[in-house]
Amino acid sequence: MSKMNLTLKIWRQASANAPGAMETYPLADVSEHMSFLEMLDVLNEKLIKEGKEPVEFDYDCREGICGTCGLVINGVAHGPRKLTATCQLHMREFKNGDTITIEPWRANAFPVIKDLVVDRTAFDRIVAKGGYVSVNTGSARDANETPIGKEDADKAFDAATCISCGACVAACPNASASLFVSAKVSQYTYLPQGHPERERRVLKMVSQMDDEGFGNCSNHGECEAVCPKGISIQNIAIMRREYVKAALKTGSAIV
Amino acid sequence: MTISNLKEGADLKGVQPDGPLAQKWDSYKAKAKVVNPANKRKYTVLVIGTGLAGASAAASLAELGYKVKAFCIQDSPRRAHSIAAQGGINAAKNYQNDGDSIWRLFYDTIKGGDYRSRESNVHRLAQVSVSIIDQCVAQGVPFARDYGGLLSNRSFGGSLVSRTFYARGQTGQQLLLGAYGAMMRQVDAGKVELLTHREMLDLVTVDGQAKGVIIRNLKTGEMESYAGDAVLLCTGGYGNVYYLSTNAMNSNVTAAWRCHRRGAYFANPCFTQIHPTCIPVSGDYQSKLTLMSESLRNDGRVWVPKTQELAARVRKGEVKPSDIAEEDRDYYLERRYPTFGNLVPRDVASRNAKYVCDEGRGVGESGLAVYLDFAEAINRLGMSVVKDRYDNLFEMYERITGENPYHTPMRIFPAVHYTMGGLWVDYNLMTTVPGLYALGEANFSDHGANRLGASALMQGLADGYFVIPYTIGDYLAGAKPVDIKDTDSAPFREARAGIEAQVQKLMNVKGTKTVTEFHRELGLKMWDYVGMSRSEAGLKQILTEIPKLREEFWQNVRIPGTENGWNKNLEFALRVADFLELGELMARDALVREESCGGHFREEYQTEDGEALRNDEKYAYAAAWEFTGNPSEPVLHKEQLEFENVQLAQRSYK
Repeated sequence: MSKMNLTLKIWRQASANAPGAMETYPLADVSEHMSFLEMLDVLNEKLIKEGKEPVEFDYDCREGICGTCGLVINGVAHGPRKLTATCQLHMREFKNGDTITIEPWRANAFPVIKDLVVDRTAFDRIVAKGGYVSVNTGSARDANETPIGKEDADKAFDAATCISCGACVAACPNASASLFVSAKVSQYTYLPQGHPERERRVLKMVSQMDDEGFGNCSNHGECEAVCPKGISIQNIAIMRREYVKAALKTGSAIV
Repeated sequence: MTISNLKEGADLKGVQPDGPLAQKWDSYKAKAKVVNPANKRKYTVLVIGTGLAGASAAASLAELGYKVKAFCIQDSPRRAHSIAAQGGINAAKNYQNDGDSIWRLFYDTIKGGDYRSRESNVHRLAQVSVSIIDQCVAQGVPFARDYGGLLSNRSFGGSLVSRTFYARGQTGQQLLLGAYGAMMRQVDAGKVELLTHREMLDLVTVDGQAKGVIIRNLKTGEMESYAGDAVLLCTGGYGNVYYLSTNAMNSNVTAAWRCHRRGAYFANPCFTQIHPTCIPVSGDYQSKLTLMSESLRNDGRVWVPKTQELAARVRKGEVKPSDIAEEDRDYYLERRYPTFGNLVPRDVASRNAKYVCDEGRGVGESGLAVYLDFAEAINRLGMSVVKDRYDNLFEMYERITGENPYHTPMRIFPAVHYTMGGLWVDYNLMTTVPGLYALGEANFSDHGANRLGASALMQGLADGYFVIPYTIGDYLAGAKPVDIKDTDSAPFREARAGIEAQVQKLMNVKGTKTVTEFHRELGLKMWDYVGMSRSEAGLKQILTEIPKLREEFWQNVRIPGTENGWNKNLEFALRVADFLELGELMARDALVREESCGGHFREEYQTEDGEALRNDEKYAYAAAWEFTGNPSEPVLHKEQLEFENVQLAQRSYK
């Protein structure tokens, strides 16, 4: 098993309003089988033993599905490996002697809480505006009453696999949340259950996205490139189509 | 009795509705009190945790008109660990025409739980299972479908019918997003107040009834008080007492344990589930274990080399698994259990993996792994079918291990996954503290001594969507609404002061060992003595070790930073403090239960061929433990389980 010696350059920031700066930490004997976050665990245990404050970073499931973790590693959201959330990135992607820079998601809509931890509650407020089908508990018909072709079901599923990590925002030069919002809009566009509310949903979610301070999409495609779940940028095209149709139909202004 | 200082209290009884089993739930609903629609908004329900149980309960209660406050420790409710459930959700739809029924799902669940669960609760679970699928499809949950557009099913362990609905390997995610969406719709409507980054640290009782909670704001470090008419604990299981488990890192027992300290009995804590198909440990830096869905056992074949010599050569890397001839392989599950084969229940599969590794036939560097092989499935079904079914799981395996399971068999080993034990609840899902409910994995009610695959999602959603909306009305209809602004009365002040003092005490220790070091040490002991197999000697040993470790923790833990603001180490320290008490209760419960059943395997009680040997005469009860002020002196209350509809039998999957 090969061991690595690394130099870590990590963003430290005491709180949302405090100024932040990069700090350098050497770390020796890193195993290639460690996950990236386990490598940071090792650093933190060392810092605590030395009487220093550990680096705060957020995480939960550590299996790439909860969407809690997210670091900009060497300038790339979630790091060098495609289709991989930070917690699933393993140290075998790096080599002995590497210098690794680690920063938080940077976007006005995601203020820093501490060090590498950011506040992504803006996403919840967007979902609250329409990221669902309005159906009260108990009023559903039999599940097999409405057949849905496998192709549409699969496309809906693909869009629905978004984990809400925010990498798309972090990677976008405009800090747009379009990939996130469009994934939800697309899921319900492919499914008949989503149709009764389709205009209302897209208009309200997009409006909330703007209100939260996310930027506009200008087709850079950085979001798709870093998405750990491979959410396609085609969803943004679907969202735009839905938005235009809804705006024309309801007479809402297109901004 | 092997432990001399065991104290026993009065027996417990769950509420038992009238009538034959199949009519109990209808009979209950017909007679339950309901709250007038205009009065519902006068009641506030505090929902702790926003996984499947919490989100579905919060949404459903708000739809009914109750005021709801929903709390979660994460930055978003959608991150609750239900999100990570992979395989599926059971429902007795019988869409496959293969003989499924509510009765069969009920029977499979009771049998799978090794006859240690309550008949009436389990039957209700099977009944409402069918409505869950309807509800989720109506919400736009993208379940897997056939080309004809109808829902697809797969099989899971412990069942002979195909009743598991799934969304590729991400069923929990899709179900949670459905429930989360339903809840967020109520947030938008102003009926649910969502409070994220909040951890419950105490229950406030007034005249013995649950009337509020003390919450730590994880962003600011402030203590906050909330009053309500009922508290729903939807906080999941306690598997992280083992340090390494498939639980999320933040999953913990703290809210439930603090309720236990306030009077809620804790039932069957020793019933833990060790899942057979997880990625093996790779080093001492390991922070968690990753599950590979049980659905893989539909097509994967479990094997080890036939001889120790061959296994030793595999471990050294001299022989590759693909080079081992068929006759030199032991497909031990297929050999020992021809009827169920690779689809035996989880406890049986895990124990057998342990046996073959104990025999020296394990693989991988550590020898603590067995193979799960897809070569035969790829030959039979073709690569594209296997890819369609399992690709995301295969990719995850490859990311973690660096090995490609399409070409070489997966290495798997059992890991702690789920806890069947939890707060004791009656038929209403109410704990022994009136007004305090426990839903989903946080309660003990439905899975007995072993949970069947794809039943956790079913139970979480059953409790939240279809049980609590009925049972809570029966309680609130008789209660006077509280003044939610009144959080400065003596019970709130005292609880808050107690928690603030505990935080101060922890911060002031300034010792030399980190929280993680204590947690890891506790976890190793739990795995060794209260893990896949337990013995009287081992349990007695750990019962002397845990109190010492707990004492050391309070004298020597080092928590960096301050209590004001974000401090992950402080969060974990508060949780580890509770795990250090729970661990002892688990060991005591395991010692008192002198039988083997489900996930609880006592070495002294086994059949000649190594199967679990139950003792129905003495132990057909749920063990509900009362906290007495001293974690080493709990009082045992028994709920005798009455089986009127199923015949107790030695479980056989042969």
